[in-house]
Order: sequence, then structure tokens, then C-alpha cells
Amino acid sequence: MTFSHSHLLGIEPLAPPEITTILDLADQYVDLNRRDVKHADALAGLTQINMFFENSTRTQASFELAGKRLGADVMNMAMQASSIKKGETLIDTAMTLNAMHPDLLVVRHPQSGAVDLLSQKVNCAVLNAGDGRHEHPTQALLDALTIRRAKGRLHRLNIAICGDIAHSRVARSNLLLLGKMENRIRLIGPPTLMPSGIRDFGVEVFDDMKQGLQDVDVVMMLRLQRERMDGGFIPSEREYYFRYGLDAEKLAYAKPDAIVMHPGPMNRGVEIDGEIADDINRSVIQEQVEMGVAVRMAAMDLLARNLRARPKAVMA
Amino acid sequence: MSRTTLFTNARLIDPEKGTDAPGWLLIEGTTIKALGTEDAAPAADAVIDCGGHCLAPGIVDIGVKVCEPGERHKESYRSAGLAAAAGGVTTMITRPDTLPAIDTPETLEFVARRANAAGPVNVRPMAALTKGREGREMTEIGFLLDAGAVAFTDCDHVITNTKVFQRALTYARGLGALIIAHPQEPGLSAGASATSGKFASLRGLPSVSPMAERMGLDRDIALLEMTGARYHADQITTARALPALERAKRNGLDITAGTSIHHLTLNELDVADYRTFFKVKPPLRSEDDRQAVIEAVRSGLIDVICSMHTPQDVESKRLPFEEAASGAVALETLLPAALRLYHSGDLDLPTLFRAMAFNPAQRLGLASGRLAPGAPADLLVFDPDKPFVMDRNSLHSKSKNTPFDGQRLQGKVRLTYVAGTCVYEAA
Repeated sequence: MTFSHSHLLGIEPLAPPEITTILDLADQYVDLNRRDVKHADALAGLTQINMFFENSTRTQASFELAGKRLGADVMNMAMQASSIKKGETLIDTAMTLNAMHPDLLVVRHPQSGAVDLLSQKVNCAVLNAGDGRHEHPTQALLDALTIRRAKGRLHRLNIAICGDIAHSRVARSNLLLLGKMENRIRLIGPPTLMPSGIRDFGVEVFDDMKQGLQDVDVVMMLRLQRERMDGGFIPSEREYYFRYGLDAEKLAYAKPDAIVMHPGPMNRGVEIDGEIADDINRSVIQEQVEMGVAVRMAAMDLLARNLRARPKAVMA
Repeated sequence: MSRTTLFTNARLIDPEKGTDAPGWLLIEGTTIKALGTEDAAPAADAVIDCGGHCLAPGIVDIGVKVCEPGERHKESYRSAGLAAAAGGVTTMITRPDTLPAIDTPETLEFVARRANAAGPVNVRPMAALTKGREGREMTEIGFLLDAGAVAFTDCDHVITNTKVFQRALTYARGLGALIIAHPQEPGLSAGASATSGKFASLRGLPSVSPMAERMGLDRDIALLEMTGARYHADQITTARALPALERAKRNGLDITAGTSIHHLTLNELDVADYRTFFKVKPPLRSEDDRQAVIEAVRSGLIDVICSMHTPQDVESKRLPFEEAASGAVALETLLPAALRLYHSGDLDLPTLFRAMAFNPAQRLGLASGRLAPGAPADLLVFDPDKPFVMDRNSLHSKSKNTPFDGQRLQGKVRLTYVAGTCVYEAA
């Protein structure tokens, strides 16, 4: 086994063999999840707390299910409604939770770097479930697993990431992961939704979608993050859909066997045509959700192994 | 006749002449009486052997934030004064961005009284240019000048209403007051906590193009052409702003510019994993910008190096990067950080002290900042080579938010003299 980290804060610190380790283990959990009895004991006796400072349904459910299938005691905390509103700082919240001896802390926070900060103050394994515009590592891992299973490999593929790159932590984590695994990445979107310095990332940038999709193996669509925009990035949703929405005409430029991905939740008719999203021959969006549970099981399993291997602190 | 003190065996750093040579310096009472490099030293009541270390005019630091009134737990005049003395800063030019802002003669008098009662070094306050630093109505510039304000600034608040700024500049010109502004296009820089580029994008931080600084400076230069006011840009930190500054100087406008020690010695990558002690305003720039700014200090295009001393307590820094407060303490690290540029061969010592002592004093009309007979005996003796590891808990400042914590630095202050009196002696 190659995986030596005590937290999963992002894709950036992971080496390619570590990514492969997670994906290999996740493959096993996909099989487990398809059985009648979907249960293992890898996390038995451990406590997992899901702290979501930002709304989430699918990611939180996926982490919760992953923990429960591996036998952890799982608690969900909706932080938006809690003491943060009463003025408690992130650090204080972390210290309070830490005193309850969790083993795994799954955190989503609206600000970049907040999960890093929190991980420095607790002595359990922290999983980043998305921090601001920074990273969303389990999303990139589940996308990688989906691609690997659909395409039979995770290298030398032409992959297009389309849409709101600037506000997307999913795009950043995917860029890093797919880059580390040596794929060719194209970014497609209006220039206002490209992050600054993007040409230094070793990617090709297109603002014409048809050009960008030419002969790609994978089309990753991103959600237009209206809640992170303070106005004026695009003139209107209908113009956006016309130029950057994925429809059959644009998809025809990709390879005939190209797969279509979306991290969800989808804005049908804004970034993706409903029929394509539902086309079982092209869309792997449902598989992504399935892989999500398996990848999170694998990540928590590996972190728990490292946690158990660590010398125990003696309580006075 | 008052008491004389002779500094012998010194390496005299004279920023006015641009020389760095062994010699002696004699002070009488509160002023410098004589100095020499080749001729024999005269007799004196007391003799201090500098041991071959550097003797330079004390640092004149434009833009020190002392958090009185309002946030004395972050920094008081007492703690700032001790920090300044230990850092070789003999004159602090204090900022008016306190709570409340220093925008009336009454608050200015309060500050001046506090400062002089508490501190071992000279304190010359600046006052706000507009009431409450809100950019709507100019302050009582005349009264504030009479009360001792050396310059007028809204600090990092940009006056967005150009008409208000134009009138304030025009009024200030009539009184000969110096205006210090923060060149920035506030629409572009709103919400930003990093400089745009690959690093900011990787970290997912909201960022501002370096162009925002040039746009702000271009606007201010246009207003100077209209009004003829005396103007100083607090921090020029990007390569793109430099040609505009150069042109404005060549066209004879009364303009000078400063930069902060952090922008001279650190770059955006130092933020690394969201280290909030490296969050300053404007944000740290690219390495290319840093190099360009060093070159501008060398050529004299940028006149002043300042500490931009901004104390912040733990609570305001121990937050996610975007939420964390900006600013760093620097009174005590200004000299050793500046000496990094000396040790790297970028700038020589007379050039550094031209930017840290001579130019700021000249710009503000102060007599200090020089090694010359008749100038105030505001002096510092330092060992430029002494290595040490910075420990933030050793700082005299109440706030310990220095980006240099744990870093290896070279250069220690041995003695600091203010008006002929020793205010700091290294242990």
C-alpha cells in the first residue's frame, strides 16, 4: 500500500501511486456496494463527524453512507445553523469538536484554505469535502475512477473541462489529478470564467466550445456557480447555453465514444441539455454518484489505517 | 557647553553623500557636531567604540500604525516606541487609520500627547485627509497642520469620488500640505486577497490584477497635473506602475513614492498554505514585480522604504485566509529584512539608508535622516552581519504578526540614539 497521509486536504500533495492506491481500493468497494449485504468493518468503532459549513445534499449523503457502510458511527452537523452564527470562530468550533474525540472529520467550508487551517488544530484525520474555490479532492478521485472504469485507463486521454472554471474547486482538483496522471487537458469556457494565470497550468484553453471538444475522450461539464458570482461574468443564461451548453450538436465534435460527466447538481438547460444528461450511452453522471460512495469509503479506510498505525497519545 | 559623545571606529553610512567609509562622529547635546573619515578624532566627554560596526542616521518610517486610540491591545505608543528603538527607527510617522480615525485637531493632540509621554523615539503623526476616512468631506487640514500633522492620508481607503479628492488636493496645495495616497483601483481590488496569477488560482483565492495599482496611480497623477499638489504614493509594488511614476517625475510633478519592506523581500509564493501572516495590503506580488521594485529603489525612482507596520492580534489572523486581517508588524524587522537586499548584493547600505532615512525625512521636511553637522543626533549603530533566527515572541510589539518568524536573518541593532540620548542598547 502506498498512502502515507494523515489527512486528505487536496489532490496537490498526492503522488500518482497514491492516487492509484485509492482508486484500486475503491474498485473493491464498488463490488461491495453492489452486493446484497453492503457492509464491512474497516471503520468499526471509529467516529466520523460531517461538518458542512455550506449547503450540500449529495456530498454529505455520500460521505454519510460511506462511513455507515464501513461501520463508523456517523454524525452530521449542519454548521450553517449552529454556533458559527453566534460568532464562534472556526478554530473554536474545531477545538470543541476535537474534545469529543472524533476519528474522521469531513469538512466543507465556503472559504479556500479553511479546511487546511482546521486540520492544523485537531488530532484526527480531516477530509476536505470542498473548500471555497480551492479543492474538492474526493470529487476528482470519483471522476478519475469513473473515467478509468469507462475508458479502461487514466492516462493519455483528451479531457475537456467546460464551463465555470474560475469558481470551481472541482475543476482545480481535476486539473491537478488528471495532470498528474498525464492526460491532455483542455479548458473550455468564456474568458471571464477562466482563472487568472491559467495558461501557466500546462493546459489548452478554448473559448470556442466546438473547437475545444474536437476529438476528446471525456467531456466534463461544470455547474454554473451562480451563488459564487457577484454579477456580470456572463450576459445571460440563454447566451451561455447557446455558446457553452452541452447539446447534441456540440457533443458531435467529440469522439463518438466520448463520455459526458457532471459533478451535479445540474442546471438543465443552462450548462447541459437534459437529453444528453439522461442518455445512458453517453452520460456517466449516475456512475459518478455511485463511484463517489466507493471512493469516499476507500479514502476513509486508508486514512483510518494510518490513524491506527499512529502511536496513541496517552491521556493523563 | 553641553556634553559631547564621540563614536569611534565606526563604518559611517552617509546616505546624502552615498558613502560607506570608516570614520568617527561627534555629537554635542542633541545634535551632530562633526564627523570625519581621515582626520583624527577630537576629544570628547564620552567615547563609544563602535567596533567597526555601521553608524547610520536613524530610520524615518512613514506609515506606522499604532493602535491608539481604539485597539490598544494590539499596539500602544509605549510598545511601538520600544519596538522602534530596538529596530533602529528613530522617527515614527504614524497613521491615522485608528478607531476612531485621527481626523480632528483634538484627536491629533490626544495622540501627540500620548506619543510623547510614552515613547522613547520621535513620533510625528499624520492625519486623515477626509473625515472618518470616508472619502466624502475633507478634514480641517489647516488646523491639523498647526496641531502637528506632517502629512494627510486616508491610508488604504481610496477616495473614489474624484471630485472630493481633487478639491482636497487643491486645498492642501494652498497650505503646502503633503498628501499620501494608496494607488489602487478599488473596483478591481474589492474582495481580493492575492495577486492574480497561477498561485492565486491554485489556492482558489480571490485576486486582483497588478494593473489595479497602475490604474490608481494613473488617476492620481492626472489629478496632480490638475492641482499641482504635493503627493506621495504609499506603496508602489508592481512593475506596471513604474513607467507612469517615472513619467510623472520627469514631467516635474511634485510626486514621490514608497514601497514596503515586505514587497521588497517577499513574494506571493511565500503565502504557501494560506499563511495569514503573509497577508498584506496590497497583496504580495510576483517575483518579477519584486525585482522591478528593487531596481526602482536602486535607481531612486522609488524614494522611500517603509515598514507598513500593522499590528494584528491572534484572533484577527487565525482565520481562513480571506477573512483574516491584512498587515504585518515590521518596526523591528525592517532593518534585518532590508539587509537581505544588502547581503544579496541588490542594494548597498547608503542606498538603503537613502530610502529609509534621508528621503523620508526630506520629503516630510524633517531635519533628521542625515549624518551632517547640525542635524539631530538620531543615530543607529548596527552589525550588518550578525546572524539570528527570528523568534516572534522576542518582539517588543504587542502583536507578533511577523512573516519573518522562524526565518534566518542577518543584522542586529547595537545602539539607538534619539536626540543624543541612548534609547536602546542591545543586551
